[in-house]
Amino acid sequence: MATSTGRVTGTTRDRAAGAADGARGRGRPKQAGPVRRAVSQYWYAWAMVVPVVVVTVALIGWPLVRGVYLSLTDATEATMGRTIGVNVIPSTYEFVGLDNYVGILTGGLFWEKLTWTVLWTVACVALHYGLGLGLALMLNRRLRFRSAYRLMLVLPWAIPPFVAAFIWRYLYNSDYGVINAMLRSVGLGAVGWLDDPTTAKIAVIAVNVWIGIPFMMLAMLGGLQSIPRELYEAAEVDGATPWQRFRFVTVPGLRTVSSTVLLLGTIWTFNMFPLIFLITGGGPGSSTEILVTYAYREAFTGIRNYSGSAAWGVLILLLLVVMAVVYRRALRKQGEVW
Amino acid sequence: MSAVTTRRRARGRGERSLGGSVLLHGTLIVASLISLFPVVWLVLTSLKPRDGWLSTELKLFDDSSLDNYVRVLTETQFPNWLLNSVIIAGLTTVIGVFLSSTTGYAISRFRFPGYRGVMWMLLVTQMFPVAILIVPLYNLMAGLGLLNQIPGLVIAYMTVAVPFCAWMMKGYFDSIPREIDQAGMIDGLSPFGTFWRVILPLARPSIAVTAFYSFMTAWGEVAYASVFMTGDDTRTLAAGLQQFVGQHWSDWGLMTAAAVLIAVPAAVVFLLVQRNLVAGLTAGATKL
Repeated sequence: MATSTGRVTGTTRDRAAGAADGARGRGRPKQAGPVRRAVSQYWYAWAMVVPVVVVTVALIGWPLVRGVYLSLTDATEATMGRTIGVNVIPSTYEFVGLDNYVGILTGGLFWEKLTWTVLWTVACVALHYGLGLGLALMLNRRLRFRSAYRLMLVLPWAIPPFVAAFIWRYLYNSDYGVINAMLRSVGLGAVGWLDDPTTAKIAVIAVNVWIGIPFMMLAMLGGLQSIPRELYEAAEVDGATPWQRFRFVTVPGLRTVSSTVLLLGTIWTFNMFPLIFLITGGGPGSSTEILVTYAYREAFTGIRNYSGSAAWGVLILLLLVVMAVVYRRALRKQGEVW
Repeated sequence: MSAVTTRRRARGRGERSLGGSVLLHGTLIVASLISLFPVVWLVLTSLKPRDGWLSTELKLFDDSSLDNYVRVLTETQFPNWLLNSVIIAGLTTVIGVFLSSTTGYAISRFRFPGYRGVMWMLLVTQMFPVAILIVPLYNLMAGLGLLNQIPGLVIAYMTVAVPFCAWMMKGYFDSIPREIDQAGMIDGLSPFGTFWRVILPLARPSIAVTAFYSFMTAWGEVAYASVFMTGDDTRTLAAGLQQFVGQHWSDWGLMTAAAVLIAVPAAVVFLLVQRNLVAGLTAGATKL
């Protein structure tokens, strides 16, 4: 706690000093005076930000606006304008207001998918974080073969996710998969891992946990190593038990890094498209379909329901933004900046 | 007094009961086995002969041969897909890093009106679900005739790469002491000059890492690739590999060989740079 606050204030001061060299005086954004003064003071910062803002607006902003608009229409593959050879078929879809949203929110499917997505996210992130922290604590000790363990444990992260998805699909294969072969060899029956909704859900969570732990582990290890040793020594001198040292030195020392990785992990897991798409394809039925894969399916299989998919997309985005805002606010209340 | 403390610390930290050591190593060994097993099995399967994957028995080795590798390289579109993936991911990375390095620097160093807005924009765009952008982008690409074209997919990947790269670069610039900028400015450089001549050269290793990670992101992207690239020879690896294990026909021999060819080079480079990756992703929250 003490360390993190110290670091943050130090940083702010440095930044203030850096800005003061380039432009005399540093007004807080809200107190920026007349326009001209603001421009002369900040133009280089703005100029540096421009490329990304332009790209973001053009490639994300515009499609986003269009996506939101589509979600308010009844556009499908049939009504969307297209060009076949020389014939240009104009669009015939119409503005239908909030009908898509009403339809989605009153149908049971959305809530069903939302429940599973939340369950999936919470289960994955909790396991990532818990196991990652556990392994990091072990690796942070004085230990023989430490680098070897570290290297082996990081490996799953080094495998591109789509490759990992295919590997696991083969491992889960009910006839030729090694997992069932092992079960058979110890005399248990084979399990159709991806054929039953419950085992399929467990299976995809297991794969995501396998893929996601290394990142958490390394991040936590970095966090652990940045906690000053003196704090532990002081605690030890004061007679703190190992649990107390963990609770009152390690946990607060990891707060900054934990908050960042938990937010990142939640977003990544919530949007984890490739795993589910490639391992189960959302099946059996649509039982492992999370919100993102479902919206994708809407848009690109069967009669392509562009408007419905866009509406799902908007809802997913709203969920994530609300989550991030709440999360950031909670952090700020605890004294984090920005 | 201090001598006493040191000795206590040495005992408290350095020593562990035998049982504790066994437990610690045991857990780590089990964890390492779980993490290694799927990859090892993948390599072993890929080395089996053509129909080796169809065996229902557990066999580590079974007439090892490179048959699967030969087939995947000569009888399939794999080399084409590989080339497409390299070009697309490469372009995405170069353009993304190029565009976003200045922004990373600006939000690392300056507090300007709009700073929080930019931070939020970068954070929010990173969590954009594919679902919301993919349809408008698809229609846009179709309108511009860029479906099944490499530039089309590169443009689509910009939406992923740019916010991501800017975020990573900010983390790296944060770790360069500000005194260096100040020294540059005192010597008469403009803010741009400082960035270009002083900071960017210093950040070269980190740029490499950012570039590598965004390369990997584009390399492994599935959703856009599956929709935008549908021609047999224009697919990327992530989209193409699905062809080997379709609904009606699957050949896990081809699949495993292809997977090894993709994963091994990626994994080697990845393991070399991973230490820096974490620091970047947590954006200066840790000091490695």
